[in-house]
Amino acid sequence: MMTIVFSLFLLTMLVLVAVAILRTENLFTAVMLSGIFSLLMAANFFVLDAADVALTEAVIGAGISTVLFLGALALTSEKDRSPPVGSWVPLISASALGAVIIYAVMQAPRLGDPNAVVHNHVAPWYLEKTPELIDVPNVVTAVLASFRGYDTLGEVFVVFIACMGVMSLLGRVRPRKDSIKLTEYEERSRNLRHHLIPRIVGKMLVPFIVLFGLYVQFHGDFGPGGGFQAGGLIAAGIILYSLLEGDWRGRELVPEWFTSLMVAMGALLYAGVGVVCMLKGGHFLNYSVLFEDPIKGQHIGILLVELGVGLTVTGVMITVFHAFARRGVR
Amino acid sequence: MELLGLYNYFVFAVLLMVGLYCILARTNIIKSLIGLTIFQGAVFLLYISMDKIDGGTGPIILEGAPADTIYANPLPQVLILTAIVVGISTTALGLAVAVRIREAYGTIEEDEIQEMDREQ
Repeated sequence: MMTIVFSLFLLTMLVLVAVAILRTENLFTAVMLSGIFSLLMAANFFVLDAADVALTEAVIGAGISTVLFLGALALTSEKDRSPPVGSWVPLISASALGAVIIYAVMQAPRLGDPNAVVHNHVAPWYLEKTPELIDVPNVVTAVLASFRGYDTLGEVFVVFIACMGVMSLLGRVRPRKDSIKLTEYEERSRNLRHHLIPRIVGKMLVPFIVLFGLYVQFHGDFGPGGGFQAGGLIAAGIILYSLLEGDWRGRELVPEWFTSLMVAMGALLYAGVGVVCMLKGGHFLNYSVLFEDPIKGQHIGILLVELGVGLTVTGVMITVFHAFARRGVR
Repeated sequence: MELLGLYNYFVFAVLLMVGLYCILARTNIIKSLIGLTIFQGAVFLLYISMDKIDGGTGPIILEGAPADTIYANPLPQVLILTAIVVGISTTALGLAVAVRIREAYGTIEEDEIQEMDREQ
């Protein structure tokens, strides 16, 4: 009963926050509210038994997304100058969409119905066969990295390509040490070096965030977690350091050639595992052939693939953050 | 009670409407992108709502768990988990485009940009 009341509360809050985002004219407020929106969404996912997704949404949606939006705001403007009442077309099309969807969901199976179609197709097979074929406790990781490894490989490459896009748009200007001095750069860049308490407290958090990220990375087979969440967490730790100390020092901590290497090596490691499977006589990304014992092959395969995902996601998030941060100083 | 079981889907519909309205009605590019993340969030909510089974738990099969334990559907979770990360990457790309538009035009309001294009 308590869970139902709690989830009703969370869902209602989601709607309220979304309407508040729509109504505000200050973009800074809108970005902060969208961080709250993501956090509420993460809590909702947790109530709906999706711990892996909740972790991802909390890290990526509430954490990194907010920072990227703020970085973009610093480079554009904080005021939304849309005319208050535009044409009627948006209102009519949004209402029409809403009406169609509400009509459609009236026939949907109610929440938690075990006889819903979605629970009676391939999902029972995954739940039944995972202990036998792959033998990792977390079925989400098993499906993500092994059964549907092709999908995940594709997603990793989408993330990789998006990173290439951001870098080609915002440029990777070589640091011109002659034209701009470090002290001058620090004066112009935004950081929290002059705010003692956030700086000291924030810096203490960084190693623990990175440590937790590593735990999530390598414990993903057994509990909620995996490469996507860990990548976001480790990147969040590094981004926090860069926000506190200025992005120049952040790049000294994790040099750019290293993040670029991570982006490329992660995707290559993932695809490479698939190629090794082929060389060993199996199908692409069929880890069972990696070792004599197919179960052990699956374990090692999933571990390597998740490592590839983690490397790429960490690298992409840090690279994108620095692309925005550096643009602000030029 | 029947309608209460559909509450998640109604919230999905409302969020979708708010997101779409935000994208269409607001001429500010960053605001449109925030609308896009609301729209995305609505779709994520729809998928994750479908994975829930009454009396179930997260799909992590621990040793020693009773044989009749009900597990949530792992498939929507996998789809959405990766979609969230892809979503932030594409949003970052959109923000990068917005920054370049601001540098070229000095504004991120669509109507002002169109005005400038017409004048040329």
